[in-house]
Amino acid sequence: MPERLMIGTRIRERRVLSGIRQTDLAKQAGISPSYLNLIEHNRRRIGGKTLLKLAEALEVEPSHLTEGAEAAVVGTLREAAAEADGGEPERDRIEEFAGRFPGWAGLLVDLYRRNQSLERTIDTLTDRLAHDPFLADSLHEVISAVTAIRSTSSILIETEALEPEWQARFHRNINEDAARLTESAQTLVRYLEGAPNRDADLTSPQDEMHAVLAARGYHLPELEREIAGPREVTRLVRAEAARGLSAPAQALLETVLLRYLEDARALPLRSFLAQLERIGPHPDRLAEETGADLAQVFRRLAALPEDAAGPVGLVICDASGTMVFRKPIAAFAMPRLAGACALWPLYQAMAQPMVPLRCRVRQAGRESAVAAPAGPAGFDQPAPMRAHMLLCPDPGAAAGPVRNMGVSCRICPQRDCGARREASILSEGF
Amino acid sequence: MGKKVLLIEDEPNIIEAISFILSRDGWEVKTHANGHDAMEAVRRRAPDLVILDVMLPGKSGYDILGEIREDANFAATPVLMLTARGQTRDREMAERAGANRYMTKPFSNADVLAAVRALAET
Repeated sequence: MPERLMIGTRIRERRVLSGIRQTDLAKQAGISPSYLNLIEHNRRRIGGKTLLKLAEALEVEPSHLTEGAEAAVVGTLREAAAEADGGEPERDRIEEFAGRFPGWAGLLVDLYRRNQSLERTIDTLTDRLAHDPFLADSLHEVISAVTAIRSTSSILIETEALEPEWQARFHRNINEDAARLTESAQTLVRYLEGAPNRDADLTSPQDEMHAVLAARGYHLPELEREIAGPREVTRLVRAEAARGLSAPAQALLETVLLRYLEDARALPLRSFLAQLERIGPHPDRLAEETGADLAQVFRRLAALPEDAAGPVGLVICDASGTMVFRKPIAAFAMPRLAGACALWPLYQAMAQPMVPLRCRVRQAGRESAVAAPAGPAGFDQPAPMRAHMLLCPDPGAAAGPVRNMGVSCRICPQRDCGARREASILSEGF
Repeated sequence: MGKKVLLIEDEPNIIEAISFILSRDGWEVKTHANGHDAMEAVRRRAPDLVILDVMLPGKSGYDILGEIREDANFAATPVLMLTARGQTRDREMAERAGANRYMTKPFSNADVLAAVRALAET
């Protein structure tokens, strides 16, 4: 229906909104009620004095009736219809729709505008990611180092009777590039995973909580004393709050420290160290000896000072796979919260509750190896389930096959991996 | 003395490796390590062939290639482009800018040598 014919609809809407009877409005405009009825149903054209009188009676500008407040709405609806991918919007009835259902039309316009705004945001973010100067620089640095190493090593291998001075020069170049590559790759991984213990900003309460624990070496002498109780936990949390720890991070820290306190009471430091010295770093035998469950032994081992137990890492995840606790160890990189390699024994343990696992693992693309005996959590808290993974350096003497795994798919170069859920920027980008 | 190749690349160890393999193949290799005055280097060296990196300090390899193609003296000089990105879009950009060949890093020495030899014969 042409827009000019919608004046009647707008008059009717305005009259109804104002609570004026048709008869009264007709009287004020000096026309018969039946004529006004025809106008309101868009069966008579209107203009001139009658329009001015009706506008005056309805206390609106005449243009409001001729163009309508929905002029902009109609324009936007046309825009939306032009861009519609699916469906068949009735393009010839846009004015009628806006006139008869102004509320719905307004809502549709708002949604369309919001959709446009979100699309712009997505474009901006995608563009920022694609042209992220830090990411581009880091990748360029990595690729340049790899290129130089490949080219130089080929010369060393393929050139017969290479002069000693050239040999020395190319060896030095490879050494330099290898160091550069290591640094660039580490920087890239830190950037992608946003390791909170480095330069990246702390962005979540979990990061804040882990930063507090990392700063104390994951060992808290205050909670190791025999007389330690919840009061010590409160004191520790308050001290961190005074240093600026956010409220959500305080809550997380309190939970972790209360569990630490419970573990320390169950396995007191002095006796646990003596048992560890006598038995060795064998979680299963320590659990048998102490009567504690395996998950608690894992946590206790991870809470010991490094000079007493050596480097020990620990990862705890909930049933969703989200890491709720993370104590890193050298040579085993881990993402921040979730999205870790699905081959980690941690997730296998979650799939087999109450069945302890132990395996030697090696992260793809890394030379160092770690042994990771993993056991199901939940011995002491069956619901919700927690899986614990203890990480210990591989002494090299352990038998059995080594399982290759990554950090997360995004930065894993391993090809043909059945557990892959997304493409790697390494295989895609290089 | 063999034909002259100008290598425009900012990574010293890549420069050294490529210079070495091309020199051993009989090329006279000249090098230049930044983008902003690369065109001056082209004019000064008057090479028979240019190996051009895309990401250079000062100016992009695509822009330099454009300048080379606009100069009547070098419009037909074969150019081999080196880039860290191997996506179709980048290859198309290099072709549109007038590159004769396009190689993605990391490359093999044998491929570079073969490409340079092939371009020299064109």
